[in-house]
Amino acid sequence: MHGILSILVWLPIAAGLLLLLLGDRRIGMARWVALAASLVTLLLSLQLLADFENGTAAFQFIEKLPWIPRFAAFYHLGIDGISLPLVALTTFMTVPVIIAAWNVIEQRPAQYFAAFLIMEGLMIGVFCALDSLLFYFFWEAMLIPMFLIIGIWGGPRRVYATIKFFLYTFLGSVFMLVALIYMYVKSGDYAIASFQSLPLTLIEQRWIFFAFLLAFAVKVPMWPVHTWLPDAHVEAPTGGSVILAAIMLKMGGYGFLRFSLPITPDASRELDMLLIALSLIAVVYIGFVALVQQDMKKLIAYSSIAHMGFVTLGAFIMYDIMAATGSLQGAAMGIDGAMVQMISHGLISGALFLCVGVLYDRLHSREISSYGGVINTMPIFGAFMVLFALANTGLPGTSGFVGEFLVILASFKASFWYALLAGTTLVLGAAYTLWLVKRVVFGPIANDGVAGLKDLNGREFVVLAALALAVLALGLWPAPLLDIMHASVHHLVELATATKLPL
Amino acid sequence: MPEISFNWTSLAPAIAEIYLAVAVCVLLMVDAFVGVKRHGLTATFTLLILAGGAALTATYGQVASRTLLFDGLYVADELGHVLKLFGFLFVAAAMLYSRRYLEHRGLLRGEYFMLALTALLGVFVLVSANSLLTVYIGVELLALSVYAMVAFDRDSGIAAESAMKYFVLGAIASGTLLYGMSMIYGLTGTLSLDELATTMGGGGQGLSIGIILGLVFIVVAVAFKLGAVPFHMWLPDVYQGAPTSVTLFISTAPKIGYFALTFRLLAHGMTGATHEWTQMLAALAVLTLVVGNVVAIVQTNLKRMLAYSTIANVGFILLGFVAGTPGGYSAALYYTLVYILVALGSFGVILLASRKGFEADELEHYKGLHKRDPLLALVMMVLMLSTAGVPPFVGFWAKLRIIQELWATGHSWLVMVAAAVSVIGAFYYLRIVKLMYFDSPGSLPDTERDASVRIALGLNAAAVLALGLFPSLLLDLCARLIR
Repeated sequence: MHGILSILVWLPIAAGLLLLLLGDRRIGMARWVALAASLVTLLLSLQLLADFENGTAAFQFIEKLPWIPRFAAFYHLGIDGISLPLVALTTFMTVPVIIAAWNVIEQRPAQYFAAFLIMEGLMIGVFCALDSLLFYFFWEAMLIPMFLIIGIWGGPRRVYATIKFFLYTFLGSVFMLVALIYMYVKSGDYAIASFQSLPLTLIEQRWIFFAFLLAFAVKVPMWPVHTWLPDAHVEAPTGGSVILAAIMLKMGGYGFLRFSLPITPDASRELDMLLIALSLIAVVYIGFVALVQQDMKKLIAYSSIAHMGFVTLGAFIMYDIMAATGSLQGAAMGIDGAMVQMISHGLISGALFLCVGVLYDRLHSREISSYGGVINTMPIFGAFMVLFALANTGLPGTSGFVGEFLVILASFKASFWYALLAGTTLVLGAAYTLWLVKRVVFGPIANDGVAGLKDLNGREFVVLAALALAVLALGLWPAPLLDIMHASVHHLVELATATKLPL
Repeated sequence: MPEISFNWTSLAPAIAEIYLAVAVCVLLMVDAFVGVKRHGLTATFTLLILAGGAALTATYGQVASRTLLFDGLYVADELGHVLKLFGFLFVAAAMLYSRRYLEHRGLLRGEYFMLALTALLGVFVLVSANSLLTVYIGVELLALSVYAMVAFDRDSGIAAESAMKYFVLGAIASGTLLYGMSMIYGLTGTLSLDELATTMGGGGQGLSIGIILGLVFIVVAVAFKLGAVPFHMWLPDVYQGAPTSVTLFISTAPKIGYFALTFRLLAHGMTGATHEWTQMLAALAVLTLVVGNVVAIVQTNLKRMLAYSTIANVGFILLGFVAGTPGGYSAALYYTLVYILVALGSFGVILLASRKGFEADELEHYKGLHKRDPLLALVMMVLMLSTAGVPPFVGFWAKLRIIQELWATGHSWLVMVAAAVSVIGAFYYLRIVKLMYFDSPGSLPDTERDASVRIALGLNAAAVLALGLFPSLLLDLCARLIR
């Protein structure tokens, strides 16, 4: 189907605008419009998965229209094996967000749904854009709905959290823009592909690398620029946390794969130790930080940072593998692992935030100490929560295992010590997640609030069941995902290991 | 001996000025005889005058190529033509937005509109100036009209104070300008900007110290008019003290005039000294960006905050000139037009949020605006995010253009300054959004429900979005005007 990517981008946005027009007075209709739009987008992305050809690294479903002829900037969309899974993840995660908010949001519900649909379109745009100006356009525009989502529907400290979120990401992105413009001045157009083939000296590459690092590290987020995330997560409404964790964080990882590695390969090779060190700090140190959290959302937020450490580790480990073994064997494994980890973390963290949302809707508390013995009154919910918690610790059979396993395996090829440090996540992750489950789900009924809890309703059950199926399917049979990525990942490894220094 | 012939049609390129001068006289008459009792009539008549002027200028004012009139004192070119059309448009919008506000405060008097039109005439003279003399006439005509407008609310102490301040400082700036011009004239022997452009710095022996001194005085005057730090002191006081409708007016057409002043005088006339004045402007620009953005953060009055935001934006416009290339000038032009579009809307929102006896000029008057008036809040959010430089709004492209030109001319450290201050700037624009959307309204009064103004404001915000989604429309125009 021609123009399918444009439809994926603009259909949710158009639906969002329609919802704004419908307003809260016709909220009944607005809900169904929102659900229909997100479902149609999901179906279209399934169509995309079906029509995608696995064997090639070339971009598919290309659309290219002139946008700003003066800058040689095009409305240029296309997907490859790296962006397709992320697009699918975006469309998949928006549906539960809509359903989970069905009649929970009391204040301005139509605008809530609209904000998420507009977000969905913009996020798909980020993953599909092949022109860096268009990419940046979507990348920044996305901040506006998220800023409003946290600020309007968030918790008590929402204003602080949302302004911090906006300024942090804005600061990072502005310097990325500066780097993009620099490359435009050198290359004469804004296509990502022409930046990838633009020869750059090592000094230029270093500057550009740091500009990208600032933008993407904030988004991922990497230690030490992660501090906006716990605040944003805690204060955001459930849907906001889900989208933040499941998709917006992935944009940082995507940025590293699409921009940093292929555009500045020599600087990446030179500075990979920095990235690896930051990733390992995220895995180990943030793991400890997660252990002491009293707030469920904060705990999951820190767990997200630790898990995203695997993504950056997997992306940059290939240079050390080359240095250690002299061959590229295993380089692709790191990137495969990073990709699988992104998809899997998207599903699992989203699911965990939804679980917290289920509890929060009932007792209006996110404190771990307000709960205890939830399993007694909510057995079905307890089962789901335990499943997602286990997936979060990387239990084999769930998607959490595949990504971490691949990355740890790749780190082994580089150095035993990297693998050892990365492997601590298996202990730490298990510790903080299972301890969370122990305190919230198991044990005797802690208080009257918990005693009066009602188990999942049909709406919540559908949402969690769908996510549980996805987590299990990806864990038991990751091959289709790996097949989709295979050619693109190999192409990426080639780009990232070839030198771009001018002769 | 050359044959002297005079043909009325040869004056066609100056139709905008001639028409406006006549129209001002007619307006005075109409107001004196008809409008004494019916002030609304003068306001409507002014809009008609502006519409007629735009139509006439569009039809007859066009020139095929650069044409000199009045012995080379006056130049007609495509840039001037288009800028005059924008002048008509922006002033018409300003008049439309302010009508209800003026009415409620007993300021809806004919003189107000007459002054606005003479100010516009001053802008036109500046836009087409091709001689130091014409430049000066334009500057004074514009400035004197605006001084009077600022003091228009004669019962307001703060307005009188700011007008006084504006007048005294403005007079010094005009003096500086004249002094600089006299030095340049004394050393080069010509008033014509065309001749200055070809002779100054020619012959390869560099510039004499006298010319550079004259240039310094001129740059100071230009910086004052634009509101660049450290010559910005008048601007926050005037913006805050003047009636909001006047603040709105000051940030529209006069900015076109001062862009033209900078372009005609420095970029064209002083081409030979580009290296010198770009360095001066670079220092001014950095100061302006930093002071404007940082000081804006601590403001509690919205008009004053927007004044500092204006200063910050002037910094970006100056950066365009610092590039010293046609590309840079066209980026500055683009930025100026975008700034005006946004300023028009933001002050328009302030006008609508104010009621009879209530000035919505403090930041806290915007608390919960979203609940009280969703459209107004949406418009304001779009405008604020645009100024902050967030896509998909047009302000993003304005900043992008400036940074592009700075990179292209190798001003890497200015790029870094521009990027860093954008982030600082984002904070205080976001604060407005926060007040409107995240805070509860309390007991603030309702906003003005004036349908025509609301539609115009909606269109204003829609233009900010549309030009952001399809930036080529305005970008290509600006690039065509300055090659």
